[in-house]
Amino acid sequence: MGLFTELKDSISRATDRLFTEQEPKRIGIYGPPNAGKTTLANRIARDWTGDAIGTESHVPHETRRARRKENVEIERNGKTVTIDIVDTPGVTTKVDYEEFTDEMDKEDAIRRSREATEGVAEAMHWLREDVDGVIYVLDSAEDPITQVNTMLIGIIESRDLPVLIFANKIDLDESSVKRIEDAFPQHKTVPLSAKEGDNMDEVYDNIAEYFG
Amino acid sequence: MPQATDAEDGDGPSDGVQIDLISGERMEGMATMEKIRMILDGVHDGNIVILEEGLTPDEESRLIEVTMAEISPDEFNGIEIETYPKSDAGDSSLIGRIMGSESSDAKLTVIGPANQIETLHKDETLISALVSHN
Repeated sequence: MGLFTELKDSISRATDRLFTEQEPKRIGIYGPPNAGKTTLANRIARDWTGDAIGTESHVPHETRRARRKENVEIERNGKTVTIDIVDTPGVTTKVDYEEFTDEMDKEDAIRRSREATEGVAEAMHWLREDVDGVIYVLDSAEDPITQVNTMLIGIIESRDLPVLIFANKIDLDESSVKRIEDAFPQHKTVPLSAKEGDNMDEVYDNIAEYFG
Repeated sequence: MPQATDAEDGDGPSDGVQIDLISGERMEGMATMEKIRMILDGVHDGNIVILEEGLTPDEESRLIEVTMAEISPDEFNGIEIETYPKSDAGDSSLIGRIMGSESSDAKLTVIGPANQIETLHKDETLISALVSHN
């Protein structure tokens, strides 16, 4: 290829990027506490950037601040989709510090509950103002018809945000993806285990299709 | 078992659980924060608040936010809130929203202090809850 052709191609690529590329879409990972949101966020971030986003824990409300991983480039079928992942604290309508006293002393439990309440408020704020799409993560071993899930899906729908439902923890014996599909038939449900890395190809295909 | 122990107060609020049934008409002219204040003031007093027509998704989102700001250890753990889940996707259709049918989404909503109300069962047509005295 001649120098001139190469230069022309390079200029053309740069202009294309200038005029066609948008800011990466911010995709919020939402759901109730302990659904595996941070495990999923870490899985996606590690697969495509090599870094993790946050600390995972079986104790609810481990994530108490929204965390953003910018410019995660996901390659699917020869195309690259760039998104920012926002891992949000689990949403709830109640927080009782006594929930944590088995795992820590009272003072730490009170601090954790206070931070958790701030985190939930922050997550709601992001949802109203700052995300372009939502991955809604549910523990497929739990009953999906809860008030928090019903309300949050309603809030997401009212804002016309694209949403994918991820039925997580399919590695558990009690897992039922159908229960989630039946609860929210208006949305696409993708089964996965973020912890074990099961079905991640379908996860990335859908992320590229919905948010690309 | 919850019992009314404060005999001196006679028929005071400690003798039972107050339930406020609030009509859609009463909520109609209220601003979002007025609605939220009315609900949370009732819940702080230990009342069960039942809204005939519920809240909009945006109001629900703000109710969660304000509730979180008011949670205080050993005093207020937050709220339990129940509405019926949506029955199908048709409810949120674009045409429905364009035609202004938002009010048809309105669903009876029960809100109470998290430490006093426990949902026993919930499906698309039934909410069964246990209300206890604080």
